Amino acid sequence: MREHGQPITTPGLVIPDPVNYDIGREKVVETDSDLRTEEMLINMGPQHPSTHGVLRVMLRTDGELILEATPHIGYLHRCAEKIGENVQYHQFVPYTDRFDYLAAMNNNLAYAMAVEKLAGIEAPKRAQYIRVIVAELNRIASHLVMFGTYGLDMGAFTPFIYGFRERELILDLFEAACGARLTYSYVTIGGVREDLPEGWVRKAGEFLDYFQPKIKEYNDLLSYNQIFIKRTANVGVIPADRAIAYGLSGPVLRGSGVKWDLRKATPDLVYDQLEFDICVGEGRMGQVGDSWDRYFVRILEMVQSARIVRQALAKLPSGDYRAKVPRLLKPPPGEVYYETENPRGQLGFYIVSDGSPVPYRLKARGPSFCNLSILNEVAKDCLLGDIPAILGSIDVVMGEVDR
Amino acid sequence: MGWIENRFEKGILVTSLDAALNWARQSSVWPMTFGLACCAIEMMATGAARFDLDRFGAGAFRATPRQSDLMIVAGTVTCKMATRLRRLYDQMPEPKYVLAMGACTIGGGPYAKYGYHVVKGVDLIVPVDVYVPGCPPRPEALMEGLMRLQDKIRKQTIAKARPQSAQG
Amino acid sequence: MTPQEICKRLCDRFGQGVLATDIAGKHPHAVVAPDAWRAAAEFLRDDPELKFDYLRAVSGVDYPKESKLVSVYDLISTAYRHTFAVKVETPRENPHIPSVAGVWPTAEWHEREAYDLLGIVYDGHPNLTRILLPEDWQGHPLRKDYVFPKEYNGIPCASTVNP
Repeated sequence: MREHGQPITTPGLVIPDPVNYDIGREKVVETDSDLRTEEMLINMGPQHPSTHGVLRVMLRTDGELILEATPHIGYLHRCAEKIGENVQYHQFVPYTDRFDYLAAMNNNLAYAMAVEKLAGIEAPKRAQYIRVIVAELNRIASHLVMFGTYGLDMGAFTPFIYGFRERELILDLFEAACGARLTYSYVTIGGVREDLPEGWVRKAGEFLDYFQPKIKEYNDLLSYNQIFIKRTANVGVIPADRAIAYGLSGPVLRGSGVKWDLRKATPDLVYDQLEFDICVGEGRMGQVGDSWDRYFVRILEMVQSARIVRQALAKLPSGDYRAKVPRLLKPPPGEVYYETENPRGQLGFYIVSDGSPVPYRLKARGPSFCNLSILNEVAKDCLLGDIPAILGSIDVVMGEVDR
Repeated sequence: MGWIENRFEKGILVTSLDAALNWARQSSVWPMTFGLACCAIEMMATGAARFDLDRFGAGAFRATPRQSDLMIVAGTVTCKMATRLRRLYDQMPEPKYVLAMGACTIGGGPYAKYGYHVVKGVDLIVPVDVYVPGCPPRPEALMEGLMRLQDKIRKQTIAKARPQSAQG
Repeated sequence: MTPQEICKRLCDRFGQGVLATDIAGKHPHAVVAPDAWRAAAEFLRDDPELKFDYLRAVSGVDYPKESKLVSVYDLISTAYRHTFAVKVETPRENPHIPSVAGVWPTAEWHEREAYDLLGIVYDGHPNLTRILLPEDWQGHPLRKDYVFPKEYNGIPCASTVNP
């Protein structure tokens, strides 16, 4: 057992040649002299520009090589599950906004559908179409933030401005529909809170027409940029079987080549009547399941979401926007577990009801919670500068990690 | 400004120096990236293309507290995070300001009643200069908060404080 | 496979280990005894007809009236797309459940969370420490008899609304 403070002597240590360093690490230089090195403990603290929120990663490194990367979470634990046991079902909807605050519509949707399944309520057709439209628009908005912040992590400032410029247009649409820019509480139990205003469908169509050529702009700007490719290709490769074993979901899982999307596997709402493709990583720039694949899956998903919204706008029926739900909702005793496909993965709600207006137990399974658990395994044998690339491609939001 | 502060009475020289210093300070308030939760996204949106914070001189978000003037506490402060927040505040050099953004930093926000791990208001940890209500506050509200802070900076003076008379 | 078939397959294999089943409700599940749980988990994952390779979530629930803590495991198979749930019950005073972190690595963090918030001890877990709350937090908040603390290490965290 090595004593603390004693240097590590590693004869024959393999050091990558800094001059001829290649992405695939093919050219390495063997050294046969004793190299005395020491481990370093680096704290990537809760306040850090690249950790996407209050995440603390304890890195144990051998120079630049990562030996261990342990995430420490809980800096944003806001006791949502305890609150769920103390407020009524309708009152919990605003708290679901704040789980994954970039995709609040999708969070509302997961909770509303879980409670509807528990209480045996069915939302009317118009409500289901409106839900699909806002959920997919929110998916585009969320992926735009990922696109912007990932570029920022990699050192490119312009994608951030471009991404947020488009996102503001989507937020304008949401503000017209429900009055809020970030935490909507729009999709609620039984349907949606209010009907879409006059002219909203036309404006949404205009946005989609405007957004269509932007994807090519993003690809020219960032996706096929040589510096970006050098920083993200072959970095943080997650094999498909490890991805499933660790419970990953969303673009992180699909980036590893697994064709698993809850919208196709267990279709709910009206997804079975809409045409779209599942985007998987193919290893175009490196190995399948590297950071570039996870990033590019999201770019492709934006295209597919735009396709879904266009179809849903065309098929939007008239009718009620909300089923008749009692003000004081008392679902029959029972339990339910329900998951939906969020931009970051599968958000699941496990709700136990004992017949009272307040849930007995409300557990939220955040997708980023499971996605982040793979960090230690993936970060081994990476360099220090690869950690922001891996974290950005996993795209965690601490609100749903800590709940 | 160590040796010059609290040395001279108010007069024309001090007032002109005050005006110049305050104008310089208010026009280049550099915030520290202290986004904790949802309000951080609205802070990012305020710094982005539509609501440009850079036109106020406050666009250079520094990651390190050593080079920043303003700590915008954007998001819920939890017990686990509170010690780090205090440490970062202590690491900021004078003159430093704190802007409490969002309902959670003002009094706990939606988590005030049943949040056992939430600190009900960031002013229990650090002294706050401006409070910006909202959940999350709109970017326009954050800019208004910044302008209120600029007003506060404009009123600062390096002159000696006048002794209070008995009548007050 | 339907929940009935899955349940039947599990019961056929583990007879005594399956204490109860409930397939009629909206959350079909089987209740497995703690000492049979580890073997049952491996069976659920490896059996060619079931192939539950994806553990969705591990939830802990507190039932003080029946004096038990329950750990609920939700499973899904990516190959066959069928779902199932398993509950493992343990007494409230001395809760011990064998850990399945070796079977599904997802469980590592989920079980740490259940330990942190409810106090269920998972035997054989590689690193059973608090994950969401600070290391020196007292108590397990999601228990029904939890008393909200007034302060933590000098930081006031008492409720400001109807304390």
